[in-house]
Amino acid sequence: MNRRTMGKTVLGLAGAAIALSVGLGAGMGSALAQEKLKVGFVYVGPISDHGYSYQHDQGRLAVEKALGDKVTTTFVENVPEGADAERVIEQLAASGHKLIFTTSFGFMNPTLKVAKRHPDVKFEHATGYKRAENVATYSGRFYEGRTVVGAIAGKMTKSNIIGYIGSYPIPEVVGGINAFTIALREQNPKAEVRVVWVNSWYDPGKEAEAAKALIDQGADIIVQHTDSPAPIQTAQERGLWSVGQSSDMTRFGPKSHLTAIVEDWNGYYVDRVKAVLDGSWKPIDTWGGISTGMVELAPYNPAIPADVVKMADQIKADIVSGKRHSFQGPVKDQSGKVVIPEGKTATDEQILKMDWYVEGVQGKVPK
Amino acid sequence: MNDLALIGPILAAMFAAATPLLFAALGELVVEKSGVLNLGVEGMMLVGAVCGFAVAVQTGSATTGFLVAALAGAATASLFAVLTLFLLANQVATGLALTLFGVGLSALIGQGFVGIPLEGLPKLYIPGLTDLPVVGQALFGQDVMVYLSVAAVPLVHLFLYRTRAGLVLRAVGENHTAAHALGYKVLRIRFLAVLFGGAMAGLGGAFLSMDYTPMWAENMTSGRGWIALALVVFATWKPARAMLGAWLFGGVTILQLHVQGLGIDVPSQLLSMLPYLATVLVLVLISRDVARIRLNAPACLGKLFHPDA
Repeated sequence: MNRRTMGKTVLGLAGAAIALSVGLGAGMGSALAQEKLKVGFVYVGPISDHGYSYQHDQGRLAVEKALGDKVTTTFVENVPEGADAERVIEQLAASGHKLIFTTSFGFMNPTLKVAKRHPDVKFEHATGYKRAENVATYSGRFYEGRTVVGAIAGKMTKSNIIGYIGSYPIPEVVGGINAFTIALREQNPKAEVRVVWVNSWYDPGKEAEAAKALIDQGADIIVQHTDSPAPIQTAQERGLWSVGQSSDMTRFGPKSHLTAIVEDWNGYYVDRVKAVLDGSWKPIDTWGGISTGMVELAPYNPAIPADVVKMADQIKADIVSGKRHSFQGPVKDQSGKVVIPEGKTATDEQILKMDWYVEGVQGKVPK
Repeated sequence: MNDLALIGPILAAMFAAATPLLFAALGELVVEKSGVLNLGVEGMMLVGAVCGFAVAVQTGSATTGFLVAALAGAATASLFAVLTLFLLANQVATGLALTLFGVGLSALIGQGFVGIPLEGLPKLYIPGLTDLPVVGQALFGQDVMVYLSVAAVPLVHLFLYRTRAGLVLRAVGENHTAAHALGYKVLRIRFLAVLFGGAMAGLGGAFLSMDYTPMWAENMTSGRGWIALALVVFATWKPARAMLGAWLFGGVTILQLHVQGLGIDVPSQLLSMLPYLATVLVLVLISRDVARIRLNAPACLGKLFHPDA
């Protein structure tokens, strides 16, 4: 269903070599601390990306901080998805790691393969859907954050055009656009969303070009579901609002950055390591949202009026208490057909397979 | 909003998007005219991008940043030059290796510079002219690097076709044995050409990291080095055509984003493909005229040379 399905081709080869050597080094170094639980983390990007992999590594650091006397952690960054990933995961499993987090969608099959060979090792795979005796899965309900952001955008837009930069038209991103648009039009029925797909998770140049194009077409808020801060910089340069992705991107455009949807794995990682320590670990599927702390919002821009902040906080509270759902009926698609009837909310199944736009989004979902 | 009013912004964005391609393509054009095929453009761009950015952050001076970027690009290219010119390594393999090396090296240098914001270059503003409808922003509202890249086109052309040094460089690229027999230092000329190519690639990369999206991110050139390489063939080794090619490529890139934003129903994957499709199409059209390719392509392109052979 999810992110980072695209392998990095050329870079991947170089990355694999680095990754493997890091893995080897770490394996030897921690042989001294034998009683401690060894926990391994596999990242698809560099931890310095200040985005997706950075946030996962923050989770690892949180584990060290909370349980440092009982565990040691190892991480391998820049691991390309595919066959190379299997070697890295195998290396971690073979060097005594008893719990391994593989944090990208493309690690799904390699994780399952290695898990089969190491029944005594527990695995946690992010954003995937295949589980096994010793493989659990977890992901975040990021669309909940987009509901809050959509409401803020509805209050802040003056041109009533929101520019939305999408990575790939996968259900996670399409669902995010829909959740955003529903909340946006609840506050401001005249507002519309224009989507530009850049077909990349991380291409600063292209993301900046997309932001410029949307701004030239009249958008006064730029929302992104890509990972580089380039759209924030562009919005700041043009004196307009923007919403960041994955982590707090305020420093790239302090006058422009309204807030960002932040992925926070800290609590989950600490809980799962604790579960292994006390023997209660089970191969479950966790899909956490704002209520579990897995989805957070970066600090609001001080320029957002107090009543808007209050409204945003209220929406957050309602999502946590279950009073509000991001896809609360009636929800109509672009043709005006009611897809989610009044009194109902979208099922997880519907959200995980979302491939249609709600009313208020321009254009069609690329198929 | 009136869709026609978008022409101005599209033109303005097109020139900026074409700038890194133009720098790199002009550099590679001179390299190939001297008979050397350096496939390491992407790597040299990345090293230039990270070094320029790092220096600009440290010193606060964009000029120093761009100078260092050019030097860093040239230094990376010198590695290629030593390997292929003096140690007679295969140019294709060495060029590919240079790209892989550049990706890794730039990531290593850039480790401490990820997530640091930088101010871009100021844009030109001439009251009256910049405010002109349609062309104002595109022609009079860019920053200095965009103008420099365009100014480099006639300079490279004049050098290649109107100076003695340019004639010698082309002679070396056409027939290195004959040029050697006439007493020209084939290897020295090629070495200098490769350095120039590296410096231009470095500038193109630094334009991305210091101006276009002022930040450093691993692999941020995202394949623009390869496009620059294609542009050289596309241009049949003519500087002015390389510029047109860069504009065409930049224009299609920007246009497809606008088409999406306007909600016109065309698959976005197809649109993302368009710039590359346009390149392939033009290459096919040019290739139909075999004589033209033969006449323009340096005859010794990619061939190794040893003075004693």
